Amino acid sequence: MTTTTQTIKHRRIAEISPARKLTIGIVEVLIGLLIYFLFTSKLAPNVVTVFNMTPGGIDIGTMADLAVPSRLTLLIFGLICLGIGIFQLIKGFGRATNGMVGLCGLLLIMAFLIWQASGKSLNLSGMLSSAVLLAVPITLAAFSGILAERSGTINIAIEGMMLMSCMFAALVGSLTKSAVIGMLGGILSSIALAMLHAVLCIKYKINQTVSGTVINIFSAGMTAFISQKFLQKYQNLNAPPMLSRIPVPLLSRIPFIGPILFNQNLFVYLMFLILIVLQIALFSTRWGLRLRSVGEHPKAADTLGIDVIRTRYVGMLLSGLVAGIAGAFFTLGSVGRFDEGMTAGKGFIGLAAMIFGNWYPLGALGAGLLFGFADAIGSKLSLLGSVIPPQFMAMSPYLITMIVLAGFIGKGQAPAAEGKPYEKE
Amino acid sequence: MSETQTEKKDFGQAVLEEIIPPPKEGAPKKNIWKSISIPLLAILTGLLIGAVMIAATSSTVWAAFGVSIWKGFGTAFSEIGTAYQALFTGAIGDPVRIIQALSSGDAKEIRLALNPFLESLVQSTPYIFTGLAVAVGFRSGLFNIGVEGQLFIGAAAATYVGYAITGLPGFIHMPLALFAGALGGAFWAFIPGFLKAKTGGHEVINTIMLNWIAFRLTEWLLSGPMTRPGSGGMPLSPIIQKTAEIPQFFKSPIRFHLGFFIALFVAWLINWLLFKTTWGLNLRTVGTNPRAAKYAGLSTTKSIITAMTISGALAGTAGAVQILAVNRSMALGLSSGYGFDSIALALIGNNTPLGVILASLLFGTLRNGATRMMVVSAIPIDIVDVIQAIILMFVAAPAIIRAIYRLKKPGKEEETIFLSGWGGK
Repeated sequence: MTTTTQTIKHRRIAEISPARKLTIGIVEVLIGLLIYFLFTSKLAPNVVTVFNMTPGGIDIGTMADLAVPSRLTLLIFGLICLGIGIFQLIKGFGRATNGMVGLCGLLLIMAFLIWQASGKSLNLSGMLSSAVLLAVPITLAAFSGILAERSGTINIAIEGMMLMSCMFAALVGSLTKSAVIGMLGGILSSIALAMLHAVLCIKYKINQTVSGTVINIFSAGMTAFISQKFLQKYQNLNAPPMLSRIPVPLLSRIPFIGPILFNQNLFVYLMFLILIVLQIALFSTRWGLRLRSVGEHPKAADTLGIDVIRTRYVGMLLSGLVAGIAGAFFTLGSVGRFDEGMTAGKGFIGLAAMIFGNWYPLGALGAGLLFGFADAIGSKLSLLGSVIPPQFMAMSPYLITMIVLAGFIGKGQAPAAEGKPYEKE
Repeated sequence: MSETQTEKKDFGQAVLEEIIPPPKEGAPKKNIWKSISIPLLAILTGLLIGAVMIAATSSTVWAAFGVSIWKGFGTAFSEIGTAYQALFTGAIGDPVRIIQALSSGDAKEIRLALNPFLESLVQSTPYIFTGLAVAVGFRSGLFNIGVEGQLFIGAAAATYVGYAITGLPGFIHMPLALFAGALGGAFWAFIPGFLKAKTGGHEVINTIMLNWIAFRLTEWLLSGPMTRPGSGGMPLSPIIQKTAEIPQFFKSPIRFHLGFFIALFVAWLINWLLFKTTWGLNLRTVGTNPRAAKYAGLSTTKSIITAMTISGALAGTAGAVQILAVNRSMALGLSSGYGFDSIALALIGNNTPLGVILASLLFGTLRNGATRMMVVSAIPIDIVDVIQAIILMFVAAPAIIRAIYRLKKPGKEEETIFLSGWGGK
């Protein structure tokens, strides 16, 4: 990338190689066989799986329970996957390949649930509702990553920024007895770290991965230090008010969908709001075009009079802001107090979601929801008394991340100039 | 090195020599001060900032400032003094007691008086292994954040061999258990190495994901298949056989063990591998200048996989030594964050084995002393993480240290290590 004669490549979905086409087809066929034979092997024909369609404790937008015949449904799901796989092997889906992989994945998960809950009942909408909630920090972390990387700076410090925000949200929230001010405090602390990262990467041009690690270690140490020194000693410093559910008028009354999407706390709505704002700002405004040009080809952007350094600082600032919201979610939107290391790698999973979503906000949301879903399944299944140890279910989001990164879903294109400090000539 | 190359020079080596001239004899002697001044000043600055943190978070200091400014400063200095004195005596030993013991001539008393120092060496041992693990990765352009997970898997493997195999003589059983640990770690690091080389999945995210998977896996192993009979479901392994133990040199309170010398030997071995063999030269070329390596016909794929595997083997050995020499059974609280600390270690030691040993001694000493500081001054041990992060930041960005202490800029830029973006290109 040092030569001056380089051309700007258009961002496009990478061509699907014949080898990958074959692998995907085989995997889809295997999923089909797995569902068709293994999942149904010990099921009597008349067993049913009952899905509760209303989360517990909610009385608007209710829906009657849904009972499905376990064996029949599994057989149908298996056949669909087999069909998709065989078509993929013979002809291929072209642009729809990734969508079909996603469909097979979804069917596999549903089949797994029907199998595990056969003869019992499972609260499907409760699970989806908590999946949306669990997706919030991951998706926001992915948005944070998009803002940083689209402007050309790799940000693996999101985890650290989230953790710092997490603690400050608890501290400020407890002191002021206000969740909103607590959130602002968290966001400010996260922005401070983002600015440190920006100065180290942009001004001092140190390796961006190393700088991110510095912030992650610093954050882990600092939050644990303050937590032990103050939060554990004075319990009233670690009791922030939480943001409660706010049902959206009318929309929350839609059966099934209403309780899942429109009867959540502020963070869920913020996630959707940021999604819309980010999508429009990045791809439909002059500001977004400039930000992206700095991440793709800073020299060209500089030639056209865009202030590369300033744009990158702005990108990092916004990245810190979004990471701050993601961090505040843990204390104010989910748990209600700060625990050491409570972000538990969600920032890194968010980065994986960003890559999965090919650096697009909508894709990142999809990936975030998938990870949230995997998380929610884990906690629900341990309640069902599944034969699978809970530790293995807890591994699933991490495993999915790795499979995604291995490029099974398709390799995205990172902004061309990310990770490289800009030197003005 | 020059002897072998004058005789038979293959094309790749000839090109390599053109690109990277072999180091001149006798040149580095002059630069000793230059190469250690930055780390030393970084450590000093880190400790200073730590002192500010101690004073700023102490309620007695704030109370004294309420009385008068001078009293405030006086109390602050005495608080810092007490804390750092505890750090020193906890890490090296109480000078008064050592002198008394030496003059009394009682061998047991001398050993006990020197125990804090010996304990610092015990604490440094895992750091040496993990620091080397990260350094080997860095040398080949890989960022192995998964040392923590590899350490857990290595420890689990060593524990299993340690307790499950009976009837072997010690000189076979102990090395066998150690080897099992190395193998476990190597396997756990081979996975991200393979994924990076074959699919381009970034090792930073993959190794972090494998960390979480390793934690869950060991939790399951220790509470399921490898649990100690009668532990009541607590994640705890059986105690290893006497034959598998790495010997400790002295009686009970003193834990100084043979593992420390094994670590020194392994450091020497890695030094030889990296700097005295063609293999090491190739590996370092891939790390510092991937393009040159490509033109010289070196296989990046092979280099990435071997470097990651060796890195993992070192991390696994760290876990194995900790089990076989110190803990003698495995619990979940095995590591106090060696994985993350080791990144700082490798960078402070400039990715050379000697540097890693020195940095490990520093970190081991700091951590050992901080334990006493926590008892005496109630300062959470996590302050060490903060200090480490600050040291790492200054080492990674020497420009900041140079600005603070008004040092001259070096004539030639230091060798920088190449770390790639997400695409893995």
